[in-house]
Amino acid sequence: MFDLSGKTALVTGASGGIGGAIARALHGQGATVTLSGTRAEALEQLKDSLAERTHVVAARMDDAADIDRLAKEAEAAMGKLDILVNNAGITRDNISMRMKDEEWEKVLQVNLTGTFRLTRAVMRGMMKRRFGRVVNITSIVGVTGNPGQANYAAAKAGLIGMSKSLAQELASRGITVNCVAPGFIATPMTDGLTDDQKKGILSRVPADRLGTPGEIAAGVVYLASEEAAYVTGQTLHINGGMAMI
Amino acid sequence: MSDIAERVKKIVVEHLGVEAAQVKEDAKFIDDLGADSLDTVELVMAFEEEFAIEIPDDAAEKIQTVGDAIGFIQSNAKS
Repeated sequence: MFDLSGKTALVTGASGGIGGAIARALHGQGATVTLSGTRAEALEQLKDSLAERTHVVAARMDDAADIDRLAKEAEAAMGKLDILVNNAGITRDNISMRMKDEEWEKVLQVNLTGTFRLTRAVMRGMMKRRFGRVVNITSIVGVTGNPGQANYAAAKAGLIGMSKSLAQELASRGITVNCVAPGFIATPMTDGLTDDQKKGILSRVPADRLGTPGEIAAGVVYLASEEAAYVTGQTLHINGGMAMI
Repeated sequence: MSDIAERVKKIVVEHLGVEAAQVKEDAKFIDDLGADSLDTVELVMAFEEEFAIEIPDDAAEKIQTVGDAIGFIQSNAKS
């Protein structure tokens, strides 16, 4: 089950903890993957560790022209694109009273607008081939909210609404659009938390531990598979029971 | 010229699964031939490929009938 041999995938934000794990997992199931992100060095390192069936196309998700180039180069490198994982995301946390317009706009631009643009750019090929899997990495805070993250939560909630709309537009063409919503996951980002902060977070997680990037990647593999053809417009929450929606 | 019309009609028949007799020049893709909005996008994509042309979005919006498509392609096709 969940064999991805012969399939091609583009993963954005692949230089990050979760993105890297997603790329590894898709590759491990047999897919050819294109790694994208802004940190070319980290992408090349990941490419080296995966060896065959791997391409790198660095791109900025806040630049419309760069996004179009990414779509074209990924399709050219792999010959087609079956699976798009929109994982790239940034945070600019601040309480709303102090949040600057640019902090708001930057997060919306990268996390939401960039995702829309890239998805639109790859739709044509998927429609033609009557197959496509789009998996958008949203967040638990897009559903629950989080103080200090009005911008991030808005963008992540936006992804869910966008995915449901695209899912309805594209379902008849064999294209599914779903979200995966991680809770607190152990990544370089959460490594920076103090023990007290971690304790505070874990008090809200029934599983009593942080999740692993691999546990997020497993959800993405499922949604990207042939077996998940009848699942669309959904959000898969992977959060150790932190929120049950 | 009639060659273009025939090729356009063939694409419409294949894509929408309609009878060739229904594909008259004044037939509207959505109202008469049962196309949905995605079908119209796909037809435009198919025309672009068949005739090696670019159909910009604002032109594509005006292509509502089989005749509109033939007209646009006749005045823009290279071959």
